[in-house]
Amino acid sequence: MKDPIIQLKGLTKQYGRVKAVDGLNLDIDKGEIFGLLGPNGAGKTTTILMMLGLTDPTSGTAFVCGHNATSSPIQVKRKVGYMPDSVGFYDNMTALENLMYIGRLNGVPERELKERSAEVLEIVGLAADQHKKTSAFSRGMKQRLGLADVLIKNPDVIILDEPTLGIDPTGVRDFLALIKQLSRQQGLTVLLSSHHLHHVQQVCDRVGIFVNGKLLAQGDISALSAQLFGTDSHVTSIRLAQAVLQPWPLEPELRAWEAVTQFSIHENELEFTSKSDLTAALVRFLVEKGCDVIGVNQKNYGLDDIYQKYFESNSTKNTNHEKSIF
Amino acid sequence: MVHKGIADHIRSWRFAILIALIVLTFIASMYVSLANIKSATGNTKDPDHLFLYLKLLTTTDNSIPPFHVFLSFLAPLLGISLGFDVVNSEQNSGTLTRLVAQPIYRDNLLLAKFVSALVIVSGLFFALALLMIGGGLVLTGVRMEPQELLRILGFIVITIAYVAFWLSLSIMLSILFKQAATSALTAIGIWLFFTIFYQIVINLVVKSFLPDPAYLTQAQVIGYNDLILNLQRIAPGQLYSDAVTTLLMPSVRSLGPVTMEQMAGAIPAPLPLKESVMIVWPQVSGLLASTVSCFALAYFLFMRREIRS
Repeated sequence: MKDPIIQLKGLTKQYGRVKAVDGLNLDIDKGEIFGLLGPNGAGKTTTILMMLGLTDPTSGTAFVCGHNATSSPIQVKRKVGYMPDSVGFYDNMTALENLMYIGRLNGVPERELKERSAEVLEIVGLAADQHKKTSAFSRGMKQRLGLADVLIKNPDVIILDEPTLGIDPTGVRDFLALIKQLSRQQGLTVLLSSHHLHHVQQVCDRVGIFVNGKLLAQGDISALSAQLFGTDSHVTSIRLAQAVLQPWPLEPELRAWEAVTQFSIHENELEFTSKSDLTAALVRFLVEKGCDVIGVNQKNYGLDDIYQKYFESNSTKNTNHEKSIF
Repeated sequence: MVHKGIADHIRSWRFAILIALIVLTFIASMYVSLANIKSATGNTKDPDHLFLYLKLLTTTDNSIPPFHVFLSFLAPLLGISLGFDVVNSEQNSGTLTRLVAQPIYRDNLLLAKFVSALVIVSGLFFALALLMIGGGLVLTGVRMEPQELLRILGFIVITIAYVAFWLSLSIMLSILFKQAATSALTAIGIWLFFTIFYQIVINLVVKSFLPDPAYLTQAQVIGYNDLILNLQRIAPGQLYSDAVTTLLMPSVRSLGPVTMEQMAGAIPAPLPLKESVMIVWPQVSGLLASTVSCFALAYFLFMRREIRS
């Protein structure tokens, strides 16, 4: 049993009558990358602020690295690097100067400061631009500098608030790869908040879905889909060359399969929902029966579906989870 | 942080402009007073005529006001310009979030802002005062009385306290308002109110219930006079000019009205430094108190403020 490095217990924050965060319980283990996923205004930033002691929870406690974030924020901030969603720098200073300033505030000794700053800039890939003023930086470069800023204090935990906001797809990929690499190399715990599913899906070990201040589900992606769609979540759709003529002679035979829980036909498309993975068996069966299979698609539930599902169930309580992938 | 704050101020344009303004007024008033210094020190009827260096600061031929009167206008401007955007500009550029996420106490942040501006202002004024003393020594060759030096230093300290008041007020406003322009305008509004309108308002208010002075006894006249003076002393500018006048003009022995009985038998002679300080002590403590209360309010507002970008 690992000791969680971030422990939130019944964390609640109320603004007037609105509950921004409502009774949040969350454990994050050392060395994992946790994605906090939720739409805008779900309370992600508020949660992060409470973890850093930047705002006081209405009730509940946040323990980060063994310190209570509300009563001893300084200890927490020493261990935790936080990158806000719109990170800003002093425009009249160069990247290196900005970084050294933050290093100085973190008590990095003056002798090592320059060396260490250059080292961190090297890691994030800004070594060539270190003497440029930050006002000339692009959004992606600022984001990288923000990461450098976080790394200079040698943190145990990195908290990134919407780190992929506003950077182009290549930039996002590189940035996320960098985060993942850092986390693996240095054993950093990363908490990443985003409303962008695919980014989260790329790097996170575990995901928490956060809507209206409540953590609806957490776990890795397969656990989430199992939790959500039940165990019968294998969907195979098979496309045939010709439209299936009704009544189809094979239909009763297929219905008789024990593992198949649902079976539907739309023109030349067959869709099977089954308890176990039947794709290979189904194709073999159909080919033996002389059907011309032209396409087979195995549906894996991605975060997209999970996300969608939660919004659906959150807004309309709709249980329909059959989504066409075409 | 103080280090960076000071560097920021020195590099900024507006500080350069204000320094230029203050140095210019300093030179102008020095020039005028140097031109008139002969007649001022030669005037044996004036009990202060022997204090050459104090005369340098206060003498004028009425073409321009003396330096300390200039300062009572410019010092607030200096304080406001150094403080009005210290917190909200950082907040708007997103650097404040980054700062508060570092392992430093928030009060240090605020204190660093305050101290760095104050260090600069003190440096400026001490430099000016020492320049003036040095220049006076070179030009006139007159030996300086220790009392004069102490009075001039006192003047500088009170000026700094006055700037500190406006500085802490504007820092408070910069925490209160998200837009730098709003806080600057509010600070300038307060400054204008106190320098121009406050006296008018007080006069209007007192006039509305003041009976015809012809029917009043002397004690009542003095009472009303005191009331007006005390109301005016709510304005920090009034406190400042009271304090500075007393320090720079040793013959000023009271800031309120003086009756004939009190004046009878008094020899028009300069007061010793200790007595002058005794007279201005309430003013000085008033200034300091308002500075501290502004700062405390700023502190209170800032400590529990939730900082979001």
